[in-house]
Amino acid sequence: MKYELTPPFDEKTIRALRAGDRVELSGIVYTGRDAAHKRLVAMLDAGETLPVDLAGQAIYFVGPCPAPPGRPIGSAGPTTSGRMDAYSPRLIAECALRGMIGKGDRNDAVKAAMKEYGCVYFAATGGAGALIANSIVSAEIVAFPDLGPEAIYKLELNKLPLVVAIDAEGNSLY
Amino acid sequence: MRIITFDSIVTAVTELCGRAACDLPPDVLAALKRAKAAESGELAQDFFDQYLRNADLAATARLPLCQDTGFAVFFAELGRDAMLDRGTLYEALTAGVRAGYKKFYLRKSIVADPLFDRKNTTDNTPVILHLKQVDGDALKLVLAPKGGGSENMSALKMLKPSEGRNGVVDFVVDAVVRAGGNPCPPTVVGVGIGGTAEYAAYMAKNALLREIGAPSPDPRYAELEAEILQKINASGVGAQGLGGNTTALAVHIEFHPCHLASLPVAVNLNCHAARHAEVVL
Repeated sequence: MKYELTPPFDEKTIRALRAGDRVELSGIVYTGRDAAHKRLVAMLDAGETLPVDLAGQAIYFVGPCPAPPGRPIGSAGPTTSGRMDAYSPRLIAECALRGMIGKGDRNDAVKAAMKEYGCVYFAATGGAGALIANSIVSAEIVAFPDLGPEAIYKLELNKLPLVVAIDAEGNSLY
Repeated sequence: MRIITFDSIVTAVTELCGRAACDLPPDVLAALKRAKAAESGELAQDFFDQYLRNADLAATARLPLCQDTGFAVFFAELGRDAMLDRGTLYEALTAGVRAGYKKFYLRKSIVADPLFDRKNTTDNTPVILHLKQVDGDALKLVLAPKGGGSENMSALKMLKPSEGRNGVVDFVVDAVVRAGGNPCPPTVVGVGIGGTAEYAAYMAKNALLREIGAPSPDPRYAELEAEILQKINASGVGAQGLGGNTTALAVHIEFHPCHLASLPVAVNLNCHAARHAEVVL
């Protein structure tokens, strides 16, 4: 199936997606990779409020290049998602995160959390960072600016092509 | 003795950073086109189509092919009749990378301490330098920016000599198949056989620089390359690890004499962009 989707997602929409479905994603997503995930989970441990409300949202695992003049962002393809496996189940269970975008397989703990709480994992095309930048309309740092490329950006997308790689039933293309 | 100025190296390296990040080498482009033609699945074909459009856009818009503009790894050959007017080659390369990563809006991906504070150095330095002294009076620099996703899938094993050819085949195929979609397949698979542990790893990376698909000059190793490539591609891992006929574009093996007790084997993978650029001064 092919879908055009815009976050925030409700649980029903997410649970209807199947591994292999093609999705064009528009609207707002938040970026986050290793260092940002570590901080978010440390904040959860400390009982603090996160700098972004992730309920129903999607996180894109990316550390973009700096924006050259005249563009909102530089190249911005996905990073290896497996490095976020240690953190993702917490964000899914405690923050109602509904989508993750990255590249490569996820571990069993992540898949179990996706199944229990309703979350999907989308694959973006690794190594197509320039092309993906063309699907990003605007970019703004919303948390952890000291992390440089690992800061949390709020991105506005226009039809970013994705594949549902692992669905909320545990079906996987990997 | 020929004098090469420090400043000319800095200028050349600055530009080299931009070329290496934005221009897909012609041999890689040709290999991707061949691989696309060999795919029947709609999804795999679509990925190859995206790779080719990405290369086109990167070259024309001067955007990096990939946001991970990598660790600046240099392979340098310095002629024995050439010398720098001041400073060291390492200092010149460092200054060039600092300037190039700023000028071309490349991502700064290096953290100063690997274990404790992991604070970004903010200028993508230091660099990694492999320096060889050769005949002549020229300086040849190859910059191979190395992304984390593919580098993290590297593997090294000290095989027992009794494990022989089959041991090598199994280890390399397993490393590539287990890497799955993480290193952005189809990859170029660099293999170092022999030497010592660290020299095998060096050879594996150096092997990535060979023109894609050019066979080893030694027919025994060329046959081994073909067999490993066939087995990797029979795995069906495919583009992005989501299935297809091409998981690797090529397998390149380098070999070296080794200790009579050893059979070191190292694997280093390059993503489908297989970035490298060179300049001769």
